[in-house]
Amino acid sequence: MKRIALLGMPNTGKSTFFNRLTGASARVGNWPGITVELMSAKVLLGGAMVEIIDLPGVYDIHGFSDDELVVRHFLENNLVDQVLIVLNTTQIDRQLSLALQIKQLGLPSMLLLNMSDEAKKFGVTVDIDKMSQAMAMPVVLLSAKYGSGYEHAYQAISSAIQSSRPTDIQEIRDKLKLVNQIEAKMESVLKHAVQVPTQLTDNLTTRLDSLLLHPWLGLPLFFGVMYLLFQAIFILGKPLQDGVAWALGLFRGEILEHLLLNLPAPVQGLLLDGIYNGVGTVAAFVPIIVLFFLFMALVEDSGYLSRAAFLMDALMAKMGLDGRSFVMMLMGFGCNVPALMGTRVMRSRSLRLLTMLVIPFSLCSARLQVFVFITAALFAPRNAALVLFSLYLFSFAAALVTALLFKKHYSNSEPFILELPPYRLPTWRQIVLRGWHEVRHFLSRASKFIIAGVVLVWILTHFPLNATPAGVDTWAGMIGEFLSPILDPLGINQQLAIALLFGFVAKEIVIGSLAVIYGLEGTALMSTMAQQLDWVQAYSFMLFTLIYTPCLSTLATLRNESRSYAYTALALAWPLGLAWLLSFAFYQSARFLGY
Amino acid sequence: MISMATVSLSTLKPGEFAVIAALHTDEALYHRLAAMGFRIGKNIELVRRAKFAGPLHVRIGTTDIMLRRIDAQRIDVTPSNIPQ
Repeated sequence: MKRIALLGMPNTGKSTFFNRLTGASARVGNWPGITVELMSAKVLLGGAMVEIIDLPGVYDIHGFSDDELVVRHFLENNLVDQVLIVLNTTQIDRQLSLALQIKQLGLPSMLLLNMSDEAKKFGVTVDIDKMSQAMAMPVVLLSAKYGSGYEHAYQAISSAIQSSRPTDIQEIRDKLKLVNQIEAKMESVLKHAVQVPTQLTDNLTTRLDSLLLHPWLGLPLFFGVMYLLFQAIFILGKPLQDGVAWALGLFRGEILEHLLLNLPAPVQGLLLDGIYNGVGTVAAFVPIIVLFFLFMALVEDSGYLSRAAFLMDALMAKMGLDGRSFVMMLMGFGCNVPALMGTRVMRSRSLRLLTMLVIPFSLCSARLQVFVFITAALFAPRNAALVLFSLYLFSFAAALVTALLFKKHYSNSEPFILELPPYRLPTWRQIVLRGWHEVRHFLSRASKFIIAGVVLVWILTHFPLNATPAGVDTWAGMIGEFLSPILDPLGINQQLAIALLFGFVAKEIVIGSLAVIYGLEGTALMSTMAQQLDWVQAYSFMLFTLIYTPCLSTLATLRNESRSYAYTALALAWPLGLAWLLSFAFYQSARFLGY
Repeated sequence: MISMATVSLSTLKPGEFAVIAALHTDEALYHRLAAMGFRIGKNIELVRRAKFAGPLHVRIGTTDIMLRRIDAQRIDVTPSNIPQ
């Protein structure tokens, strides 16, 4: 099968183009010569199946960051029939160097000048014929976001791939060693084919920046925007969540119970009170999580995140981190795993390790489900927002304390330079693709972890069969008994202890397993928990859940990215200790004060 | 030809223009800066400075970039009153 590699600088819409070309069929996979996974997809192009690989966005294939090494090692170890170089037309005056670097390697290439819509606004014009002649490769102008020029690009790629042959790998290895003449060639091509206005006109981005990056208003505005986004998620998400919960309950009562009537009682219990209740309780949160990721995608694609890095860098520098660390912590509010992988752009290992140590404290969407559920059960609606907000504060505080404690150990002097791209609005297509991606991600987690988790919880709480379900005689009761000396001082009872144990695998299981342990779901589960726990216990449990340990996927990512078991052990042990101390301090002082 | 005095990029005030004169950096940072558009002879504008000794916001051609003051100190520029 022929192979196409997609290559380009960051912020050029490379992934948008990849998504358009491959639809939603992309998968991650491993490649020879590199240790990280890359997105790839097989699509029908020019009458044959072709494999398309999305390489990380890089500024320079001769650079020294992890991403740049990945691209270089990939090209040194994998035969490629065609390289598609995606550049931002508006910034072609500096981005062309990357295309010339690829050309110099002798790889069959095609130049895709993306974001033609923005280039038009900035008054940047490109003579495609002259550019194509000077570069000696096909050149196509397009907007991957809006689709203009896309058909043309698709045709050009289809016809190019039929005749192109891969370049000998040894040749590429040799040429990678020779870096020269690129600057001179670049100047001459630009001079003949491109016109760029000397100064940018006062455009929307400049005007937005003067407000959003205002010396005094910038930070308050940023936190204000974030607060409004979270409010919007819950205002829009709550009715959807209630709707899903109602529909799932109806389905069980009206259809499932009748269908399973003839099965033996334990099997019926496992299917209904185990799997269906457990997975259903978690599934009710899917609308909120999808909304959450849609809003995250909006902020991420808008260019506002790099402004957040600008605003927060001074503070982050005092903690031994930088503006990018802050952006990754924000990304961690969605899911810690991609945030950890995002630290690859950092070249200093110390900076990377310190950032990866604080990211797991970010209150991810899975933990958010637990907190929304417990807050709804134990706190009055008017206090709910305040409770959640305080947990976000604790999340930040835990990261801050950790960074301050460990910054001496992971000190670094990495330069911090970041592009501030123009503000952009994502299209509906991008938003819908992102939403679908998250639903698919949830379904895959559900099939991998959540079902297995709730089945195990059901078995632990119902065996041996002669014991009262979830009672002290069951296996779960014995584990709870064993853990009670550690967790009693935190106000965490035995049922919650079992849920915590499974929360280590994936935080989504916490709510699912509570549903199984109590044999109830939805409102019935909430009211039972409200009878058994008071708010001090509930808050102590939430604090512990927030901090106690990264989930299994996060831990595996920490290990893969750091390539160190000692570091991974630290990233597991330190939060566990911090969580215990914090919950202990909270629970005991609250009790001492008479609550 | 009269040689003009160079200053460090970190001393420019918001709204001031200059021409990049020299990059006193190690090779890795030089690569990074070059890829971002920092080349000798290019025009650069200091757009704004963040509070609390935070980073600088500069513009080269059509690209906006932020960098820390400590890194900007390694870049020499020749101030110019008008964009060339």
